Amino acid sequence: MNNTWLSDDVIIPLLLIGIILAVFPLLVGYIVYVERKVLAFIQSRLGPMRVGPYGLLQPIADAFKLLFKEDITPRNADALVFKAAPIILLVVGFTGLSFLPMGEGFTAFGYDIRLSIVDVNVGVLALLAIMSLSTYSLVLGGWASNSKYPLLGALRSAAQMVSYEVALAFTVLATLMIAGTLSLSGIIDAQRDMGVWYIFVQPVGFVLFIIAMVAETNRLPFDLPEAETELVAGYFTEYSGFRWSFFMLGEYAAMTVMSGLLVTLYLGGWMRPFPNVELFSFLDFIPGFIWFVLKVGFFINLFIWLRGTFPRYRYDQLMGLGWKVFIPVSIVNLLVTGLLLIVWDSVAG
Amino acid sequence: MLRTHEMELNMGPQHPSTHGVLRLILYLNGETIVDCKPVIGYLHRGTEKLFETRNYYQNVPFTDRTDYLAAPNNNLGYVEAVEKLGGFEVSERAKYVRTAICELSRIASHLIWLGTHAMDIGAQTMLMWTIREREVVLDFFEAALGDRLTTSAFRPGGLRRDLPEGWIKAVQGFCKTFPDRLDEYELLLSNNRIWLDRTVGVGIISAEDAIDMGLSGPMLRGSGVPHDIRKAMPYAAYDKIDFEIAVSEDCDSYGRYVLRMKEMRESVKIVEQCLGDLPEGPITGKVPKMLKIEAGREIYHAIESPRGELGYYIVSDGSDKPYKCKIRAPSFVNLAAITQMVKGLLIADVVTVIGSIDIVLGDVDR
Repeated sequence: MNNTWLSDDVIIPLLLIGIILAVFPLLVGYIVYVERKVLAFIQSRLGPMRVGPYGLLQPIADAFKLLFKEDITPRNADALVFKAAPIILLVVGFTGLSFLPMGEGFTAFGYDIRLSIVDVNVGVLALLAIMSLSTYSLVLGGWASNSKYPLLGALRSAAQMVSYEVALAFTVLATLMIAGTLSLSGIIDAQRDMGVWYIFVQPVGFVLFIIAMVAETNRLPFDLPEAETELVAGYFTEYSGFRWSFFMLGEYAAMTVMSGLLVTLYLGGWMRPFPNVELFSFLDFIPGFIWFVLKVGFFINLFIWLRGTFPRYRYDQLMGLGWKVFIPVSIVNLLVTGLLLIVWDSVAG
Repeated sequence: MLRTHEMELNMGPQHPSTHGVLRLILYLNGETIVDCKPVIGYLHRGTEKLFETRNYYQNVPFTDRTDYLAAPNNNLGYVEAVEKLGGFEVSERAKYVRTAICELSRIASHLIWLGTHAMDIGAQTMLMWTIREREVVLDFFEAALGDRLTTSAFRPGGLRRDLPEGWIKAVQGFCKTFPDRLDEYELLLSNNRIWLDRTVGVGIISAEDAIDMGLSGPMLRGSGVPHDIRKAMPYAAYDKIDFEIAVSEDCDSYGRYVLRMKEMRESVKIVEQCLGDLPEGPITGKVPKMLKIEAGREIYHAIESPRGELGYYIVSDGSDKPYKCKIRAPSFVNLAAITQMVKGLLIADVVTVIGSIDIVLGDVDR
């Protein structure tokens, strides 16, 4: 092995960062394409069909359109904060991506390559902390617009965050207690050692996490900060052109990161199904990265199904739901998990 | 100096869910609505004055453009008022055909209501689904009347021409499949937790208030008052048809949702009966080519449009043009209730309430 600190900590991460920065915006374009197609099929339409075969070039056309649009800063807006807000969201989304272990790692040119840019020992905490920062982008963007609908959207965003973030933390805590580690790759290894995905150990936590994930990413039925039929476009009403597209990019990056976190915490990350059962070892020929993409893709699809099926909650109802249902349930889940762990330890040990 | 004050928010006339050009001035405490003032008139075209400048036949297309989501019902209100005013003969067959077409139009109108109402609350899929069925109804209009939206369906005396061949069979086929579609919609909404949370107890109007404000149609029946002009003062062929009035005691948006869904099912029954019992004979009665109504007569004739009591008040002056025509538009009267309905609710509920009242701005402003 030729690995040195230089290759491990500088060159390979930089290469991966470059790949993500280059590929992910295009990928987001195609996630939007898939969203439009799936939504269209749910609604008995065809979706984009004009640009390229089956509308496959639509995302590229859209990207060019957005780049050439005028970048408007309203006269009364706080220009600095107004311009910074979408960048915060984008940075947060991309930073989140760098934490996810996307595959089992491989050897190329004599170097061991890990498929996660940073694999810190407090990965879960760091990821949750960074993802929570996205609310700042919404609040600041809405506030700096100096306009009424964005202000209301920003306030809703703050109200929304305090109602699900606590429950989200408690839910993840229960999983961490079982895994005994805060490292994301450590959690995947713990699931392999245990022989089951944590979805079977933490079914309640899994459901709670999905709901909190939808709220975190501001998607239907919890897309209150943008709620286009009520607040026109909510916090980004005043944005146009590529700053607007930053918000979109950030939102889809957040969807991907949260789906990736869900997959890592509850579905064994990049591992194949039933990692310890010999019977399914024929699935080993599919690399871990593909499993990861498949699993994350499924949950991104879930976001789209939800959007095609559900009406939108009112923001006081979401707060009620968060404080009166999710937090109690997640605390009970945490306590039960802790008790069972103690019992298990005393029986086993 | 730090102080708190109400925020004044202009909702509309450009806003995704004020259904056209309605402007609401909302006074907000946080997101709670302290007061709400509807501002109307952005779509005012002076229709009532225009009626005085054209003859009785030429006025029919104006009525299309008031409540443009239910043009045949508007045509019927005007045409029947003229017939009653002049005492003209109406063919029996035309009465049945008119009833069937008006009920199809009620279905089309309620479908748009359901789609937009659900979309305002966030369920986007519903609009696409309801448009799909409405499209079929509009195709029937195109085949029978020559136009899809601004139908100018009827003329004093009857219809311009008889139904095309195969039309009745096609409509009967639609009547068979349509209730299944309604089941599909209800599957997606009726027991949906979020839909219930968003509509139950939102936009309450009591029966007394509804009567005092002169509300009509689903807004009145949604508060438990079983008043339907089709039963109370039957017109066209409604007196020969067996149907029920949909009533809901809930007084809220959910009640009105259930009520309108039931109304669509009743409409299907009415259409089936009309087409089943369709009498033979000429499609139009013997009416002069140039209508002149002797001076000094006046009439108020009301029908049950999808939105409520649609009345035409016409005064004649002996010429071939009306001296005055006043339209009692259901949307205009129903909209007046919005201030009372949204006080104390949140912004998200305003959208629910607007959808639940089911206004058409062409009807409000005329």
